[in-house]
Amino acid sequence: MSFDVLVIGGGPAGLSAAINIRARGKSALVVSNPLEENPLWKSERVENYLGLPGVTGAELLTAMQKHAEADGVEFLAGKALSAAFMLDKWYVSVGSDVQEVKAVVLAAGVTREKKFPGEAELLGRGVSYCATCDGMLYRDRPVAVLGYSETARHEAEFLREIGCEVKYFDRPRDCVISGEGMVEQVLCGGETAKVDAVFILRPAMAPTDLFPGLGIENGYVQADRRMATGLPGVFAAGDCTGGPLQVAKAAGEGLIAGQSAAAYVDALARK
Amino acid sequence: MALKHLKKTDFAATVDAAPLAMVDFWADWCGPCKMVAPFVEKIADDYDGKALVAKVNIDEEPELAQQFGVMSIPTLVFLKNGREFDRKVGVMPPETFTSVLDENL
Repeated sequence: MSFDVLVIGGGPAGLSAAINIRARGKSALVVSNPLEENPLWKSERVENYLGLPGVTGAELLTAMQKHAEADGVEFLAGKALSAAFMLDKWYVSVGSDVQEVKAVVLAAGVTREKKFPGEAELLGRGVSYCATCDGMLYRDRPVAVLGYSETARHEAEFLREIGCEVKYFDRPRDCVISGEGMVEQVLCGGETAKVDAVFILRPAMAPTDLFPGLGIENGYVQADRRMATGLPGVFAAGDCTGGPLQVAKAAGEGLIAGQSAAAYVDALARK
Repeated sequence: MALKHLKKTDFAATVDAAPLAMVDFWADWCGPCKMVAPFVEKIADDYDGKALVAKVNIDEEPELAQQFGVMSIPTLVFLKNGREFDRKVGVMPPETFTSVLDENL
């Protein structure tokens, strides 16, 4: 089935957006990593969420997800890889599937990792963000996986299963990818691997890689008071729009983004 | 339907004969490829009679993928009488592909 609104990110901003989309009678699909991979999950005490002093991050996330489920929000585990707009619809690829939606709420949190030297230059020439997409092109060949989540380990396992010779780097900080016109090697923390491909599997795609043309200021997604970005039907909420990186701010922005997305879907229907 | 599905056996003859062609290298386990698919289908209809729009399934035709050095999919290769002059790798808005075609019609 196709949904009215796709919400990218299953933290407080995304879940708040989703329940408010449902409250306006629209369908919502949340794409996210497992709840336990959300950075808030590890927070032992959230002191300033109004009315719930001292609640743990895990309790808060669990309650929020249950709330969303009870309101009819649908969930899909995975990572949004790319997005494109055609004839009033957004096409967003998640793993090996595509979601066709009318509006998008971007609430994927902050990506703290910077791009590595060679990463942008060799993208599509051995550098890949999607093991299931490009893995088959490197069967029986040496590849490196730079993994930043538990999900990344599963993807590395998938690469092994299809016959890639995998060198796994666990959350490497400083890497350099090099090669003449195509990937030849990767150097991470003093260790060099001669490989034909480097799969960089971060928890989320950088917003500008996902939505080329998205406005960015000081590293954060630009959004107006309605949480609208400059792109048609794309709204943003939560940590990705800037500080304070706090639950209350994320939930509040999610509310506005959800309502704005629902209003946008209504306006499209009247067109 | 203007969209052609090419195999190794008919690729060269078909593409060499086309003054302008766009070939989409794809596979059915690739989400981003599925996303580009409706764009490619629409372009095939819109450019019917003006450009050859074709798809190559890299699982079925690994030799063609290798011949074109496809290292990431989707890859869209643009050719004039079989000679490549441009390529676009990854998901891009449909206008990116149509502008390459328009400039070379």
